[in-house]
Amino acid sequence: MSETAPSTKKFSFFFLAIVFITIALSIAAFFQAFDAYNVGQVENGHFFMLIGVSGLALSTYMVFQTRRRALRLTFTPPRIATTILCQKCGFKNIRDFERGDFIFKETEECPKCKEKMMINSIFREINEKKKRWG
Amino acid sequence: MIPEVSQLFPQDNILGWIIQITWLAFFVVFMFYGQRIQMYVMLREVQSSLLRLKLIRDKGRKTTITTINELGKPKEDPTAKVDQFLEYIAIAPQNMDPSGIVWKLEHILDVRDTRFKDEVKLMAPEADETQINNLENTLEAALALNVIYKVIRHFYLLGKKTLSLYIIMQIQMVLPLVMKEAEAFASALKAFSSGQPIGDGAGALVAARLMLGHRKRKIAKDVVMATVPLEGRTAYVLKAEGPGGNVGKPGEAMKHIIEENGGKIATIIAIDAAQKLEGEKPGEVAEGVGVAIGGPGVEQYKVEETVLKYKIPVNAVIIKEDIGDAVSPMRKEIFDAVDVAIERIKRLILERTKKGDSLIIAGIGNTIGIGQ
Repeated sequence: MSETAPSTKKFSFFFLAIVFITIALSIAAFFQAFDAYNVGQVENGHFFMLIGVSGLALSTYMVFQTRRRALRLTFTPPRIATTILCQKCGFKNIRDFERGDFIFKETEECPKCKEKMMINSIFREINEKKKRWG
Repeated sequence: MIPEVSQLFPQDNILGWIIQITWLAFFVVFMFYGQRIQMYVMLREVQSSLLRLKLIRDKGRKTTITTINELGKPKEDPTAKVDQFLEYIAIAPQNMDPSGIVWKLEHILDVRDTRFKDEVKLMAPEADETQINNLENTLEAALALNVIYKVIRHFYLLGKKTLSLYIIMQIQMVLPLVMKEAEAFASALKAFSSGQPIGDGAGALVAARLMLGHRKRKIAKDVVMATVPLEGRTAYVLKAEGPGGNVGKPGEAMKHIIEENGGKIATIIAIDAAQKLEGEKPGEVAEGVGVAIGGPGVEQYKVEETVLKYKIPVNAVIIKEDIGDAVSPMRKEIFDAVDVAIERIKRLILERTKKGDSLIIAGIGNTIGIGQ
């Protein structure tokens, strides 16, 4: 279950204009590079090609940055697990947390030995990636 | 073999002209407007975080109102009362003459607590004592989110109005920490509204494990105590009364036990959750000396005063976690650390006390979702 901002303005006109101008200039640089190669100016061609590729990379990066910012507006609540344990026979039942649960609360009867079971733990599990400095 | 710049942008074709002009314009714009552009970038970053804060704040407010309606079954819509509550303030006592300020602060905190509880009872007439405590905690988390949102909005609007780089820069620099705190409170709000145990309750859980199966009695406001035989010693184990969201007055309780025993307490062991540094693992257990009681300091002061009078050594066992973990539903690593902390306590008792001695074991922290 994740939630997102309902009406978030993800792109501004100014931002789109910059992206489009950069793309247009990059294409222009590619044309220039093509012309330069045709007349035998290989070094000029290389430089225009470099400008074109850089411009294109910059505009792509800008679009991806905005997408990342939009994604950061979502958050997912963690899953909380309740463990119910029979103190007599050790029977264990793990289920999702329900309102009213608390640690050391007596709950239903044990299906094996008919003794009252008790909530032994309530916690959330996080699967974290291994950190280099952790 | 680098060609001349003029060769790079030949002026005999229109594309060359465009690139040349753009190239020059780029330099001119950055030379004169570089700082302003940087400022707008920062403002945009703050604006995006502000939007997220607003989303978190509104969601928190909505959750609070839904929980009050579900648990309290009020006859009228509690929205207006909740909105009024979110603007609540508590003014700290004047500190020009610091003598006696602890008791003044305690009085203000007591009044605030009573007022909060009364307001919650009015909002949720059908809620029981545990639910009232949980609702009070929920409202406090919603209040904290509202304050964070309003402070960031204040600096954002002030920065926009004055176009001062320094106002915008200082808020942009602390923003990651503020966002982390806001997310922690959002998580706390969910935990409080459902009554889930939080990371801060690690100390209370240690005490609850030790006192399980023993007779309990109320020793101070919202604090329960059990006399537990442990390693041939008599341990007075105390914690806040659960399972509702409560921190109680552990300082008051410890003072009472010490006075009751005429100061004949061999040692005090306080267990609390403590802020970990980045890079440390959550759930690491550390030992030390001193009164491990967080919060505004009133309870810590009371214990320090009493132990000084009777020269009682004070030991601390802390379970490390960050601010996010402290107010979010308890994570498994912290839950597992409880067993480690109990082993440390037993070792401390064997090393620091003799057979037949009396000692105090205090589990500090919010006991929400933890019974006894």
